[in-house]
Amino acid sequence: MKKKLLGIALGLTMVAGFCVTANAEGDLIKVGIINNDPSESGYRTANVNDLTNTFTEENGYEASFAYNNDNAEQIAAAQQFIQDGVDYLLLSAADVAGWDTVLQDAQNEGVQVILFDRTIDADESLYAASVVSDMAKEGQTAVEWLAGQGLDEYNVIHIQGVMGSAAQVGRSGALDEKVEAEDNWNIVVQQTAEWNAEKAQQIVQSVIDSGEAFNVIYAENDDMAKGAVAALDAAGISHGVGKDVIIMGFDTNKWALEELKAGNWNYDGQCNPFQSSYLVDIIEKLEAGEELDEKVIIMEEKGFDAETITDEDIEQYGI
Amino acid sequence: MNDKSKKTSAAAVLTKLTRNQIFIPLAALLLLVIINLIAGPSFFKISYSANNAGNMIFSGYPITILDFGSELAILAIGMTLVTAASGGQDISVGAAIAIAGSVMLRVLCGNAGSRPETMQAPIIVAFLAGCVVAMLFGAFNGVLVAFFRIQPMVATLILYTAGRSIAAWINNNELPIINEPEFGYFGGIIPGIPIPTPFLIAVACMIVTALVLKFTTLGLYTQSVGINEKSARLNGLNPTFIKFLSFVILGLCVGVAGLIKVSRLSTINYSVIAKDIEMDAILAVALGGNALGGGKFNMVASILGAYVIQFLTQTLYRFKVSSDALPAYKAIVVIILVVASAPTVREKISSLWKNRKAHAKEVG
Repeated sequence: MKKKLLGIALGLTMVAGFCVTANAEGDLIKVGIINNDPSESGYRTANVNDLTNTFTEENGYEASFAYNNDNAEQIAAAQQFIQDGVDYLLLSAADVAGWDTVLQDAQNEGVQVILFDRTIDADESLYAASVVSDMAKEGQTAVEWLAGQGLDEYNVIHIQGVMGSAAQVGRSGALDEKVEAEDNWNIVVQQTAEWNAEKAQQIVQSVIDSGEAFNVIYAENDDMAKGAVAALDAAGISHGVGKDVIIMGFDTNKWALEELKAGNWNYDGQCNPFQSSYLVDIIEKLEAGEELDEKVIIMEEKGFDAETITDEDIEQYGI
Repeated sequence: MNDKSKKTSAAAVLTKLTRNQIFIPLAALLLLVIINLIAGPSFFKISYSANNAGNMIFSGYPITILDFGSELAILAIGMTLVTAASGGQDISVGAAIAIAGSVMLRVLCGNAGSRPETMQAPIIVAFLAGCVVAMLFGAFNGVLVAFFRIQPMVATLILYTAGRSIAAWINNNELPIINEPEFGYFGGIIPGIPIPTPFLIAVACMIVTALVLKFTTLGLYTQSVGINEKSARLNGLNPTFIKFLSFVILGLCVGVAGLIKVSRLSTINYSVIAKDIEMDAILAVALGGNALGGGKFNMVASILGAYVIQFLTQTLYRFKVSSDALPAYKAIVVIILVVASAPTVREKISSLWKNRKAHAKEVG
């Protein structure tokens, strides 16, 4: 709590500080960026770093940041940014609901709102654009890759993320459909490990103890895949390229891609945290008074195969 | 005549057994064993095979229970003392484990970034640093409870809320990974010893605890403070210090459990490591038949309670119960325990028991 208060206080002083400099250099574009806490996950850390490295004074921006996993605090920060007269409000909302009023205020004050990473339940007229990941497509890409492996039988251990989160819903959906449609696809166990590596380890350990056969582990993020692999290692079950069990993960953490390169894992799906180039593109168009081609921009996301991944891929896409 | 006396002595043994505190976790354990036997005896099969590193290892459901129940058993030791002395529970142990684990990884990483090629400090140094920090946070809780007389649950709520942020701050929000296999020994196995190390560590903790309780007055003093603080003081004890000490000991338990937790996967995730473990630790104490309001305690029953909880978790996994429904099942256990130990229910049961006895006598 103390830390939070301190954070808010710091944020306010920063905003105040920027106001002063803004008067001196009027040609900078003022952006207020509201994001989730960088310690939330490796994905978020990469996301925050990407934004802070892009929206710099050298690039012609004067950016203020507010980090919070609490929706109400985020809304308070947004109001502050609007009062401070930012030109653009960039928003990754903690929760989909509750944003109508503050976004209406923004519109009245002439602040352009751009959503990134997460979408919200508000009228489309309230924001200029959104840059988001298509989680369902991430799932489809992964399942198509798996189908392309041509196994005689797919006995899948499906480890899910926190139930109801966009990533879980999207990534589970594709697999569920495929299992429903194909006779030789079976779910051995479908459990949520809530993004927790150790819980995933226990779930897989339990399947091993029960003696049931499986040949695929479909984990909805890298951490959980890592936990699953630890259970396999302890039980002496081989995994990876050309081995008994196929390992699939998501999020393209650097260490996970290295596991891929070493052949210990088979597939890793990207969830692109690098929205800043898209955001800059949109802002430049809006500044030039151009019309946007599309309101919702879905980022391109890749799936990596252990047999084709290169060191450059790890460098470029690892987070 | 002879026959009758045998009967009564059997009844006496039964009464004695049910009166014994350890009866509750034993009965729960027996129930779980029976359920699993009915569902298929393969649950109790133990195999001996090589892991991927080529080391021989025992495996099977019972081994898994002993392995993953270890952190909980270690925490139950400290939680039992805190409960007995202060009459309340520490709900910050999960967050404190995140801090202790974070400190250990920070020491091991040194200045070599979050993914060092080699460990920058001996594991023992990192472990001790983690323990010291965990004990300091334990002392912080202890001061709030013992000196400022804040309700334990309220006092530890502070660390419960802030702990994971502190843990993240210690490592600058990075998620360190230790690559050297030696660090994984504590949460896995040591080559050549086919038993999971966490269980061995838990056994070591139990032996130390048993020796301390046998050869020092810690147990006696803790119970006297818990039963009646005033009379304990009149008898020359220092209740404030005893309460404070119990939180520091729990801090040490947290440090040991933290080592096992971060060693399991040689990494840490601040927001999920040891999540909700405080509830399981409190449940272990309750399942051990210890009064949650303080006073007398039975350490063996608490530790057994911890393994019974892991047994329950593993059983539910076996029956493929959705893992986000696990807390609901544990809640049912809590309800049964709390209701069964409520004074009104106890009176009812004992009066029923007496009536039956009287009735039996009349018939005889």
